[in-house]
Amino acid sequence: MIVLSSDSMPIMKELDMVVFRNRLKEFAVKIGMSLVNQTKLITAASELSRNMLRYAGGGNVLIEIVNAQRQNGLRLTFSDTGPGIPDIDKAMKDGFSTGKSLGLGLPGAKRLVSDFDIKSTVGKGTTITIIKWKNG
Amino acid sequence: MDKIPILKIGHFLMVAIQVDLYDRLALSLESDLVQAVSKTGAKGVLIDISSVSIVDSFMGRILGNIAGMSKVLDAETVIVGMQPAVAITLVELGLPLKGVQTALNVEKGMELLQKKIQFTEEEEIDDDSTLQ
Repeated sequence: MIVLSSDSMPIMKELDMVVFRNRLKEFAVKIGMSLVNQTKLITAASELSRNMLRYAGGGNVLIEIVNAQRQNGLRLTFSDTGPGIPDIDKAMKDGFSTGKSLGLGLPGAKRLVSDFDIKSTVGKGTTITIIKWKNG
Repeated sequence: MDKIPILKIGHFLMVAIQVDLYDRLALSLESDLVQAVSKTGAKGVLIDISSVSIVDSFMGRILGNIAGMSKVLDAETVIVGMQPAVAITLVELGLPLKGVQTALNVEKGMELLQKKIQFTEEEEIDDDSTLQ
């Protein structure tokens, strides 16, 4: 996979989520992603950035335009140094939440993107990488 | 802080969300609307989301909350103007907004509210006649 261009931004407060969503929209438009795919990606990104804010007190997100097999897509990497997730299998189940939410964030985000990868170490932090292909 | 204006039209309250919703704004809309329903005795709430490009699980939950809370205060809620891409995304996300009435646009939403209110008024009249 080749990285064509990238941008990184911190998400430390709620309004950063709005700025991030707008930035992501610009990237999606730049690669010509369809409106439905844009909406799915931005919604998934909204869920993951909120999780990062709520459970880890904030973190960083890397936006990359990637290319593989002649297809462009966007790769997002959310990394935080929060408490980590003790049981990832449980966290990926619909309806499971340690907070007061609906528990749709992680599993819902996974359904909305082409590729979803989560790595978490208790006490160290969590890194989630998602890819949405332009036409995927 | 931003505020979303709430308009009173006859028996109804109307809100058009024209800005990007962030969590605190959505929460303040929820409490403002529910208070407005109680203060005005409105029978219906119409929320236009045609300018909203993203509804995630948090905002979806707020919309559901508004409908539920208004119902308890004897007001019906109709959400209108959802963009097709938002509808597709919400269902895939796993949040089909069950229990929330929707209509395609403001006009149809108003019709729906009007019908609902007429229906309840008729019911009330029927109740009166049985009492006599």
